[in-house]
Amino acid sequence: MSDALKLYDAELSSRLMLGTSLYPSPAIMADAILKSKAGVVTVSLRREAGNSRAGQSFWSLVKGLNTHVLPNTAGCHSVKEAVTTAQMARDVFETNWIKLEVIGNQDTLQPDVFGLCEAAEILCRDGFDVFPYTTEDLSVAEKLLRCGCKILMPWGAPIGSGRGLNNTFGLRSMRAHFPDVPLIIDAGLGVPSHAAAAMEMGYDAVLLNTAVAKAGDPVAMAQGFALAVEAGRLSYLADAMEPRDMAFPSTPVIGQPFGKDSFGA
Amino acid sequence: MRIRIIGGGVAGLTCALLFAKMGFEIDIFERLTQAGKGCSWYAGGMLAPWCEVESAEPLIAKWGQESLTFWKAEFSGTQSFGSIVVAPSRDTAELKRFARRTENFEWLEADKIAELEPDLEGRFMAALYFQEEAHLDPRTTLENLTQRLTLEYDTKFHYNAEISEAEFSDPAWDWTIDCRGFSAQASFKNLRGVKGEMLVLKSSEIHLKRPIRFLHPRFPVYIIPRNDNMFMVGATMIENSERTRITARSIMELLNAAYAVHPAFGEAEIIEMGCDLRPSFPDNLPRIKRIENKFAKGHVLHVNGLYRHGFLLAPALAKRVVDVVLTNAYFKEIMDEA
Repeated sequence: MSDALKLYDAELSSRLMLGTSLYPSPAIMADAILKSKAGVVTVSLRREAGNSRAGQSFWSLVKGLNTHVLPNTAGCHSVKEAVTTAQMARDVFETNWIKLEVIGNQDTLQPDVFGLCEAAEILCRDGFDVFPYTTEDLSVAEKLLRCGCKILMPWGAPIGSGRGLNNTFGLRSMRAHFPDVPLIIDAGLGVPSHAAAAMEMGYDAVLLNTAVAKAGDPVAMAQGFALAVEAGRLSYLADAMEPRDMAFPSTPVIGQPFGKDSFGA
Repeated sequence: MRIRIIGGGVAGLTCALLFAKMGFEIDIFERLTQAGKGCSWYAGGMLAPWCEVESAEPLIAKWGQESLTFWKAEFSGTQSFGSIVVAPSRDTAELKRFARRTENFEWLEADKIAELEPDLEGRFMAALYFQEEAHLDPRTTLENLTQRLTLEYDTKFHYNAEISEAEFSDPAWDWTIDCRGFSAQASFKNLRGVKGEMLVLKSSEIHLKRPIRFLHPRFPVYIIPRNDNMFMVGATMIENSERTRITARSIMELLNAAYAVHPAFGEAEIIEMGCDLRPSFPDNLPRIKRIENKFAKGHVLHVNGLYRHGFLLAPALAKRVVDVVLTNAYFKEIMDEA
């Protein structure tokens, strides 16, 4: 527990966060989340709410998973939509947490960072614990922190693309620029090695959905991601070696015969 | 033996037919003014057991194949032309994934697609062809079943008849089979509704012989040819229990998909927009729940959770219902409460 991740008022032992959409069935979703011991699940409300919060039975299922629920504003394209959805989420899930998405482009689902900052400011002032889905842009990140966000969630690649970390340079400089802010890679991961790479880089957690939900075996893939997150985190904590240009043998070779004979051939 | 069936959708009517064929006396109670007007009315009617396995359990393929045989034998309107799966060129990865997850298809190249569906010439570079699949028009199918039950088997239909669950164990009937779909939510711990929206378009410019499944990263859209130049486009899958209220966004997405399959759909007439709930359990598999009365009569069987597989599963499920009633058979995949 010494390596717990602190996000607002919560301490989490797992650094894997999973989405709850696109699974073959809610039963498979629940199994994937339980077996991977994901610390947080995110759930969307915009489209599911309907007129009278008609998404209740699915939401109860998510609540029943006994993990932290991070409602999101997926599908919101304007500040007003996002703020309204966040307020409903607070009622439905009885949490101040909100994963704030304000989508700017229908094709890439990239965040509208201007709308994002505006919505973040409104929500932070209203007492929400905002998890903003943003880009690796440092000035946007600074603005979000000034608005009151205590966590940043830069994208790895466009939502659902499975391309991994598109801009490792940008993500590295973000990590270096905000050493004390919890940073979570949100979106774009495709395979566990992508998650491991993010964690090796010093990111605090990863959040993903499609890569698990659309895998042939979502339960196995969720476990694969959980292992990768753990592996990457351990690597980061262990202070990995620097890569070098020349070979560096782990045992001295000077004075040793280095021919066929020495291998007993 | 007297059997009462509550709910005249595809589940209720197929159960009725199997029991009627065995010579039992059947009463069907339907809350609406006509059989099959519930969520079966909005079904696509694709008999696509191989395609569905992309996201469904293997049981769906097995029972779906059984049902496919049933429909071909029992309903002459069943169209056995297979089905075609396509993806827009930028989503070719979706088509490859679909191919990996399914079986019993062949890859088609552009010229072969045009041979099967001339109106799709030049629109797609690759497709998957599931030759053994079929489709039917749910509405005419249910009308046909209703007629057959009435004329051939003297089944009695009672309309505008809502029966409360407290009255289910009425010993006037040996068995009451509850096929109410989502209306039976209170009888199960975990039955939820999954909203589906669909539309019907009419165009004389496009002719399709078989269902076209258009892959989309978020939900599969299919276009199913019906009689009289009609096409059913469906269906959204939204995790909420709203029985009505079709949203603009959903219709926009369905139309967008239709337009992407063929731009002439842009000039098609919108004939109908529909919406209902798929009754679903957490694993999206159906359930049979048997509640035996302490007396010799008045037993109850709840049948539910056909999810998006009403026509694909109903005949196979009805066969199990008959086995449960007559021989106390037990099917472990679907008989433990979800």
